Amino acid sequence: MGRYVARRLLQMIPVFIGTTFLIFVMVRTLPGDPIRALWGDKAPDPTQLAALRHEYGLDDSLWQQYLDYMKGLFQADFGKTVGGRPVSEILTDAFPVTIRLAIIALLFEMILGLVLGVFAGMKRGKIVDRGVLILTLLVISIPVFVLAYIFQTVFGTELGWITPTVQDSMNVQELMLPGIVLGSLSLAYVARLTRTTVAENLRADYMRTALAKGLPKRRIVVNHLLRNSLIPVVTFLGTDLGALMGGAIVTEGIFNVQGVGGALYQGLVRREGSTVVGIVTCLVFVYLAMSLIIDLLYAVLDPRIRYA
Amino acid sequence: MTTIDKTASAPSRRIEDDGKTPLLEVRDLHVEFKTRDSLVKAVNGVNYSVRAGETLAVLGESGSGKSVTAQAIMGILDMPPGRIPQGEIRFRGEDMLTMSNEERRQIRGRKIAMIFQDALSSLNPVLSVGYQLGEMFRVHQGMSRKAAKAKSIELMDRVRIPAAKDRVNDYPHQFSGGMRQRIMIAMAMALEPDLIIADEPTTALDVTVQAQVMDLLAELQDEYNMGLILITHDLGVVADVADKIALMYAGRIVETAPVHELYKRPAHPYTRGLLDSIPRLDQKGQELYAIKGLPPNLTRIPPGCAFNPRCPKAQDICRSEVPILHPVTEQDGTDLPGRGSACHFWKETIHG
Repeated sequence: MGRYVARRLLQMIPVFIGTTFLIFVMVRTLPGDPIRALWGDKAPDPTQLAALRHEYGLDDSLWQQYLDYMKGLFQADFGKTVGGRPVSEILTDAFPVTIRLAIIALLFEMILGLVLGVFAGMKRGKIVDRGVLILTLLVISIPVFVLAYIFQTVFGTELGWITPTVQDSMNVQELMLPGIVLGSLSLAYVARLTRTTVAENLRADYMRTALAKGLPKRRIVVNHLLRNSLIPVVTFLGTDLGALMGGAIVTEGIFNVQGVGGALYQGLVRREGSTVVGIVTCLVFVYLAMSLIIDLLYAVLDPRIRYA
Repeated sequence: MTTIDKTASAPSRRIEDDGKTPLLEVRDLHVEFKTRDSLVKAVNGVNYSVRAGETLAVLGESGSGKSVTAQAIMGILDMPPGRIPQGEIRFRGEDMLTMSNEERRQIRGRKIAMIFQDALSSLNPVLSVGYQLGEMFRVHQGMSRKAAKAKSIELMDRVRIPAAKDRVNDYPHQFSGGMRQRIMIAMAMALEPDLIIADEPTTALDVTVQAQVMDLLAELQDEYNMGLILITHDLGVVADVADKIALMYAGRIVETAPVHELYKRPAHPYTRGLLDSIPRLDQKGQELYAIKGLPPNLTRIPPGCAFNPRCPKAQDICRSEVPILHPVTEQDGTDLPGRGSACHFWKETIHG
């Protein structure tokens, strides 16, 4: 196990370098010039422009720029925006918000998705099952912004349970509704996935054995059925958490949540290369860590899988 | 007060154990499965009984209803689609079909246990064998996790799994086929049940391991004086361990007999056909006999004797009248205890 983790960590290094380099190159080759944009419609002063270019290292070769960036990264320096704000500040502002939002969404989709999926799977073909299938199909087919506006209108404007937009992005209570909107799509997938694996495992021979042992129903379902059915669901939830950490541009935008999605969007619009690369670098980290955790969790859940 | 209590409870226990009421008695059991467009009649009036310490072998082809009968006894049939339209399953004189679900659950595993065919898929792949064995004690006897684990090790020792202590936390896939079947047996034995139903316990094993597993089963049965229902389609396995045989065909018992008599003098053409189709060394080089045709489709069981389309001796009566299980007697009319044949021409078959 230890050796496996070590190997996986080593494998992360080339992946990390490759992805960051790719995104670095892509952002730098985007049309538009953030320094030139500082002057807006006015004609820029060529000496000032060159000086600023030099200050931000934009006159160096791409390789040199990348190396400088990586050097800074090892000292936890993500660089600065053109406005002079350290990128790390943007990150520390945005990530706590997104983490909160992601956890709310994850808990929502996990708990409700599993419950719905288990009920549907166990009562396959019955009313509950049909209901869950129709409901999840509906959620899957509605675009997230439609759902967001519906929720905003119904709960915010009409019922007045919440303010239509989030005032304080760090307030978990206010993040509830955006979190639910964000998690609803995955909720549908979790429910359907759980339903399938539960229905499949229900027919397994070991379920018959558990029944023949005279175990109470509750124990059969929780200890025998769920333990087996959860394996694929956990994998899905893990990757989904990675995706949720990437922020949700649409949902965050509609509810005015100051998260990673919004910061990334702003960075792209303003051609702030360092912001975009900084955020993406963090996301690469999150993804790599998540995939490692999922793989390890997989071995915990299923003893047949062994890592050496 | 206490003395009165004792005397009051004593006789009732004696009645249970007096040896006259069989441990298990199946009476006229019918099981059917309703599918979307047809009714599958899997079991059509099965009668058998098992006493303590006795081994009943239930033989039959796939689809003859032997496993379904066993599952009905255990109460683990999928209902629906399964249905038991009539019949009784009496355990110690009490009809289990009229019991509540909770009462039946209390009997399952504790009084009647079952061993399944394929131990790899029948054991939960993600739980350690120690956990799965210990579950019996924890659920039925309320033991602590630790005490249950100690008991599991003891059990694994009983079924002769080497290094039980080190292997108690292993998972089913880490054991060999024979060892896994031993674990199944240990699980069934855990609470020293009165009756064990073994559903083809050796089918998935190779021949040497088969013998070991059967010996172990017979030994443990002897020790605890348990009743055993052995479901199999292997005539060879049966001959060594069974006391009596019930041969099933299309959901009915077609012949019952004490084990050796059945081999010596079959009283049903189907039994004869089965015995003739065992390869024999002294008939090397000759064509092996096979019963022609296929087992009937259970949605459309042929009228009369279900075996008639494949029977070499079928007459008109076989196609119109369902034969009852006739008691089989000697030529001079002396009783042959325990023998019965559901053939209109049993006399000709056994004596002819």
